[in-house]
Amino acid sequence: MDRVGIEERAATLGRRSIKTTAKQQGIRLAVSMTDLTTLEGADTPGKVRHLCAKAVCPAPTIPEIPSCAAVCVYPALIGVVRESLAGTGVKAASVATAFPSGQASLDLKLRDTEEAVAAGAEEIDMVISREAFLAGEDTRVMEEIVRVKEACGDAHLKVILETAELGSYDHVRHASMLAMEAGADFIKTSTGKAASGATPGVTLVMLEAIRDYAERSGRVVGMKTAGGVSTSKAALHRLVLVKETLGDEWLTPDRFRIGASSLLNDLLMQYEKTQTGRYARPEDFSRE
Amino acid sequence: MSTQETRTGIVWDYAPAPESPDHVRLRDSYGLFLDGDFRDPIDGTRVPSINPATEETLAEVAFAGPADIRRAVESARAAQPGWAALSGLERGKYLFRIARLIQERARELAVVESMDGGKPIRESRDVDVPLAAAHFFHYAGWADKLSYGVGGRKVEPLGVAAQIVPWNFPLLMAAWKLAPALACGNTAVLKPAETTPLTALFLAEICQEAELPPGVVSILPGDGSTGATLVREPDIDKVAFTGSTAVGKNIQAALAGRGVSLTLELGGKSANVIFEDAALDQAVEGIVNGIFFNQGHVCCAGSRLLIQESVADVVIGKLWERMGRLRVGDPLDKNTDVGAINSREQLTRIEELVAAGEEEGAVRRSVACELPERGWWFAPTIFTDVAPAHRIAVEEIFGPVVSVLTFRTQAEAIEKANNSPYGLAAGIWTDKGSKAFEVASALQAGVVWQNTYNHFDPSAAFGGYKESGFGREGGPAGLRPYLRAS
Repeated sequence: MDRVGIEERAATLGRRSIKTTAKQQGIRLAVSMTDLTTLEGADTPGKVRHLCAKAVCPAPTIPEIPSCAAVCVYPALIGVVRESLAGTGVKAASVATAFPSGQASLDLKLRDTEEAVAAGAEEIDMVISREAFLAGEDTRVMEEIVRVKEACGDAHLKVILETAELGSYDHVRHASMLAMEAGADFIKTSTGKAASGATPGVTLVMLEAIRDYAERSGRVVGMKTAGGVSTSKAALHRLVLVKETLGDEWLTPDRFRIGASSLLNDLLMQYEKTQTGRYARPEDFSRE
Repeated sequence: MSTQETRTGIVWDYAPAPESPDHVRLRDSYGLFLDGDFRDPIDGTRVPSINPATEETLAEVAFAGPADIRRAVESARAAQPGWAALSGLERGKYLFRIARLIQERARELAVVESMDGGKPIRESRDVDVPLAAAHFFHYAGWADKLSYGVGGRKVEPLGVAAQIVPWNFPLLMAAWKLAPALACGNTAVLKPAETTPLTALFLAEICQEAELPPGVVSILPGDGSTGATLVREPDIDKVAFTGSTAVGKNIQAALAGRGVSLTLELGGKSANVIFEDAALDQAVEGIVNGIFFNQGHVCCAGSRLLIQESVADVVIGKLWERMGRLRVGDPLDKNTDVGAINSREQLTRIEELVAAGEEEGAVRRSVACELPERGWWFAPTIFTDVAPAHRIAVEEIFGPVVSVLTFRTQAEAIEKANNSPYGLAAGIWTDKGSKAFEVASALQAGVVWQNTYNHFDPSAAFGGYKESGFGREGGPAGLRPYLRAS
């Protein structure tokens, strides 16, 4: 991996001009790929219900805006999510495995996962053990993912690499490959709790890893960017990266997700601007 | 999760995003710029400048005749002592002014460059125009420090410089030529290329606006015969030419026995060498940037791709996939990666060489992209199974066509890279620093890029080995061809 080359390519793709209909369609696509997320100690059933309503119908006044892909919460609240989303097609997603640090025993991580699944999680966002990865224990990293995948049953498994803690693009690629080999359905950049998240460079490296893995194994793995994607411009930049690295077949919520909380309203404001020609105000859309 | 897909069903492609030409102040007709103003030619002609993407006429441009050339050289001669007598600081101020005016008119210059030459607006906007300004800024800074650029010796200008630039980077090459010449106290007569004179004429307007003294810069559009007359003018002291090796040889012959100093920046068939330990995805980007940048109309294009056999299939596979994502079309669309071929003549040459490649047994693959009906276009093309003896491995194609050869060892890579009459540039792709330095010092090329390609900076010297020419442009080395040092 060459840092300069990666960042140059990623930045070049950030200069694609996305205007008029492309902007509208891109924003709608980004909404449909959003995992609307709340991961706070202060989350309550009430707040989570509001968030679920927002995910199902992000903008009641703009009917062509689709639902989000999922709502993502801590395991304790996944039951509320499942109930609120019943019959809507929006998925219930839970973080697990001692999120965000992953500093717990494997047994605890497995129980965390099993409980979330039992409570109705259809998607699990696990963290890799960075402690094991940085100590060079690849086998332990993979073993954990394999076991968590088993504990998931039918639930989809997204494996968070927490790229900000890995230290280099070589490590990001290596960790991506380990996660895919171990059975990840999605690989995901970040927890949103670290210093940086889904930078364009990291996103590009992971997309290239997915492409190379698919070519080698024939298995399709999805990608989720999370952390730091809070504006429409940043979201459209990520979509460009996907389009020009993996191709149009990856531009669906089945294969690409954006984990975010504040992004959604920026997407709605920008969408409205494409229709009215005026910038909307934050107050025009419900916060959750 | 398939319900999501069917529910949204969004197919996403970029909408057309053309840069508007409405703000461009393009005249219907341009005279010759000499003696400080635009003038009708005495014995020249008027020729339309064509947009290669539409085949439409952009403006009518005066081509200089022999009497016009004589007049321009006389006015340059007359202006030279006064220009040289200015302090370096004062000459620097003029150059700074030109640089800033280029920045002020950047958008306009970028649009005109793309319309006149066919290159994508993304490149003219992000590369050509900013680099042209950067060259004037760079040499503005040198103007009052000339002796530091030549090891502390006493310096004087050569006198009148005749400068001939090619059609692939019309504004940028004019900047490369004019900035050092003026900084050193020379006056210049510049001939832009036949097919792309417009941005040089915009630069003439900028010289006027900068209140450059009359005669310091003359800009005389014309064709090959104009250039041939110019270099045969008796009262010139210096010729700087960028263009084909054949014309360069003619010029050198014409100057034999005369006290006219010469620098030539000629053709190339530059080797881009991919070692097995390279960062391959980034190398693929470098290959694309090396050969498809400006439709391959680049003298230092990485047109001979040398890949280590152990990774050849992987790299070619990735490259072919990447080529399929290039967006070919309207040069003014901000999302276009590959624009129009500069002229019908150049398109014919590309087609002829590509046909020769197929005939000689190399395997050709061209991207199946939709090309506009009007204008001159060539789809990005790769040749594999190329033998070093094939014409497409030896001759400069000057188009979006890359020839792939393989090698087994480092020694073979060096031997193959150097096995060319040219020696303009080379690329080395490896993660090993020691290997990069070892190979770089063994390559006979004026520029060697490591883990990148086609990057330019005004502070870096650019020029050739062997039939790629001699003399350097850029940085302090670029002062030498315009100075007499004692």
